[in-house]
Amino acid sequence: MLSRNFRLQKVGDFKWLKKHYNFEKIAFSIDELIILDVTREGRDINEFSSVVKEVIKNVFIPVACGGGIRTLDEAKLLLNSGADKIVVNTTLHSDKDLINTLVKNYGSQFVVGSVDFQIENDIKKVYIENGELKIDKNLEDYLEEVEKLSIGEIYLNSIQKDGTGQGYDIKHLADTLDKITTPIILSGGAGNHLHLIEGLKINSVDAVATANLFNFLGDALPKARIKIMEEGLQLANFESINDVFK
Amino acid sequence: MKITIVDYGMGNIYSLQSALKFLGYDSICSNKSEDIINADKILLPGVGSFKIAMDNIIKLKIDKSIKIAVKEHNIPILGICLGMQLLGISSTEDRFSNGLNLFEGEVTKFTDQSVKTPHVGFNNVYYPDNSTLYKGIKMNSDFYFVHSYKMKTNKIKGIGYTSNGENFVASFEQGNIFGTQFHPEKSQTNGLLLLKNFITF
Repeated sequence: MLSRNFRLQKVGDFKWLKKHYNFEKIAFSIDELIILDVTREGRDINEFSSVVKEVIKNVFIPVACGGGIRTLDEAKLLLNSGADKIVVNTTLHSDKDLINTLVKNYGSQFVVGSVDFQIENDIKKVYIENGELKIDKNLEDYLEEVEKLSIGEIYLNSIQKDGTGQGYDIKHLADTLDKITTPIILSGGAGNHLHLIEGLKINSVDAVATANLFNFLGDALPKARIKIMEEGLQLANFESINDVFK
Repeated sequence: MKITIVDYGMGNIYSLQSALKFLGYDSICSNKSEDIINADKILLPGVGSFKIAMDNIIKLKIDKSIKIAVKEHNIPILGICLGMQLLGISSTEDRFSNGLNLFEGEVTKFTDQSVKTPHVGFNNVYYPDNSTLYKGIKMNSDFYFVHSYKMKTNKIKGIGYTSNGENFVASFEQGNIFGTQFHPEKSQTNGLLLLKNFITF
């Protein structure tokens, strides 16, 4: 599995991850788990869905899954494998009929729209296809179009910041975010708890995401959660399952 | 114990089944009348459109089975998220649909423009006195919500509340009929405790 970066940090394959990264424990430091299949060639939705099943067997928080979803059947397969939501990026642009069908059948909350952007000459340009294909729209216009699809959340990612660990691209996003009424998950650039706090302090940001390497190191994530709460930001309180059920 | 999860083609049943397994209970997913009427506990999950869900339930002819199981056999039922809403009288989602009419609650869209919809994320629940569902759970604990429509009721007893700009029904318990707008199977330890409380009721 890879940390989802355009500058991919290879963390390890699924077996490595299972051995070194205890999702059941880490689930107490996060509010939601996003699992993305970033395979670029030879994607196998069946294999991905069985990985999802295995990873979340004892994870009792919401799970969003995505990566290359192009059909209703693929979305259904992930739903039946334990995904509460699916994350769509290219399909959001290329197949609005499918998005409408998903929203109609499973509700707005089922669809998370992933939007990748990059700044070029001060204009935020939108990319699809794993950040490889630029479309002819700037971010503001694209988001306006996406909001009309009545999806549940927008997962907004800065291609330039992603994988840097230097913090979210708040400078370029502040104005854009204010206009959006769909819940926003800010992504791309978090490298430590201060970045998470900085993101959460923005009024129009509803959640912050991180796939940074710091997730995978020791107890950085549980500590980050404590620091966020110490900052006065409201997060859910969880007691450990092991304390209560053993 | 026979736990039946009503499977009418909508919702994340895998997670609910995993949560029950974690608690040490096997369950079956079924849309057959006999599995509903002969259950010890019934779970009615659901995600998505109220109208499509009711259409599915009626097509499968299990609306009557659910009512017989709950009203005549007194089998405890827990509706989760859309499943809770389906236990109510009606919903205005996709114009208008009648529900299973097992609880006096009506479902309408969130109207407060100052809050974002769907209402998504963990939120506190203020729960009622002498609650069965929340036994051993701290007041104002966090549960995971994700919904665009909310239930209102005139009932006072047994109602749990959450606020998203306005108060709405987060849970109800009335005899053997229970519902939670939030997802216990997605609410960490609090949710697992609540599920256990229902199963052992």
